[in-house]
Amino acid sequence: MPFYSAEATPRFSEGASGSLRLLAYLGLAAALMATDLRSGALHRFRTFAATLVQPLHAVATAPLQLARRAREATAERAGLVAANAELRQQLLFAQAKLNRLAIVQEQNSRLRALLDARQKLGLRVQLAELIDVDLDPYRHRILINQGLRHGVFVGEAVIDANGVVGQVLEVADEQATVILISDPGHAVPVRVQRTGLRVIAYGTGDAQRIELPHVPFSADIKAGDVLVTSGIGGRFPPGLPVATVYEVLSDDSATFAVAQARPLAGFVHASELLLVSDEMLALAPLPAAEVAPELVGPPSGLRTPAPTEAPQ
Amino acid sequence: MSRGRESLWWVLLSVLLASVLTVVAVPESIRVLRPFWLALIVVYWCIEAPERFGIGFAFALGLLQDVLVGTLLGEHAFRLAIIGFIVLRFRSRLRFFPMWQQALAVAALLLNDRFVVLLLRAIAGEFAIDWRYWLAPLVGAALWPWVFLLLDDLRARGRPREP
Repeated sequence: MPFYSAEATPRFSEGASGSLRLLAYLGLAAALMATDLRSGALHRFRTFAATLVQPLHAVATAPLQLARRAREATAERAGLVAANAELRQQLLFAQAKLNRLAIVQEQNSRLRALLDARQKLGLRVQLAELIDVDLDPYRHRILINQGLRHGVFVGEAVIDANGVVGQVLEVADEQATVILISDPGHAVPVRVQRTGLRVIAYGTGDAQRIELPHVPFSADIKAGDVLVTSGIGGRFPPGLPVATVYEVLSDDSATFAVAQARPLAGFVHASELLLVSDEMLALAPLPAAEVAPELVGPPSGLRTPAPTEAPQ
Repeated sequence: MSRGRESLWWVLLSVLLASVLTVVAVPESIRVLRPFWLALIVVYWCIEAPERFGIGFAFALGLLQDVLVGTLLGEHAFRLAIIGFIVLRFRSRLRFFPMWQQALAVAALLLNDRFVVLLLRAIAGEFAIDWRYWLAPLVGAALWPWVFLLLDDLRARGRPREP
């Protein structure tokens, strides 16, 4: 084509090739999204990539951390003393409660043993701290500073001092993404503490509200009821507080009731979180093995007089 | 040649800055107002150097943000590819717009992007929004002149150092 110079050619075909390239990229993006949504094929890549961008998150949190450290360093002595005293008091109350609880628990396990119920295994608890970065404001996710290296796994429950926060969604090397129970894509199986009614609580996209749809009108549920995890599904250990019901309405079809509940966990203000998981049966020592020697052997207060008999 | 390298550094710096701004913590009440920083970066570089930073560049930045904020892999890539394409298509006009018109164009781009997000998330699963969802594009457009001037100024300053 002697008429076209090398520079001129792209201009004529720009429209068509541009659209084709856009379509190709959009197709690629759509394929990626579908794969990511429907299968775990990209899981490894995500873990790897999330580990790669960790420094960026670190840079983003640096100013805030600096400010916090500066505030801590220059905090008034009096303020610290007051805070300390208050914490002591809280600890005392907590300790007293715990002591009473220990008695109840002991009683509980004795009763369970009488009933021959399955021994309840302990909880593995791990402290995690919130990383102060904002992820997408319309997806309720947070980042915590514990990752693969600390034994965090996908699906592990995350709680704070007041209640369930969410569960681990994605784990990188040193950090993990947590999906909150308020995310519209999240559901947690709960039990009404007062009545034992089992329901499922869905996130609504509003941090202050989760929803219990399709509750039969005949069911006993009312404002003020506390919802705790039921343990069904195996993700959340049973008995963790989740939310309090504040309103029970009828749904659009007027065939079911819808209960609205307010999460107990302070998503916005909590900076210290706990990772909780049911201890695996394989990892925990079998309870029977621990108990057996005591039952078989002599009571610990008595001693057999064997050494004195030996010389005779 | 040396100019090409110089501008690559600026691109890298602007991308890093934008990604930090994307995740840096702000008070809860203004979180939803956060502009789509990487989109502004894509618009700038697609206008300034379209032969080097086109749809592919936008796509790569999108993947970066997907990983950064933990969205579905490809979501931001999809959105930025569309933005890159539109900017390239109208580049010759956008370039010579006065600043306020350019800002309006950016607002339109970002609003369009909001619809794309709605579409994508409606397909992928539940997604709850409120009216403040539509404010972020306006913030982005209001910031556009400053982003543009800042990047232009930085590049102009950087240039004389390289002969």
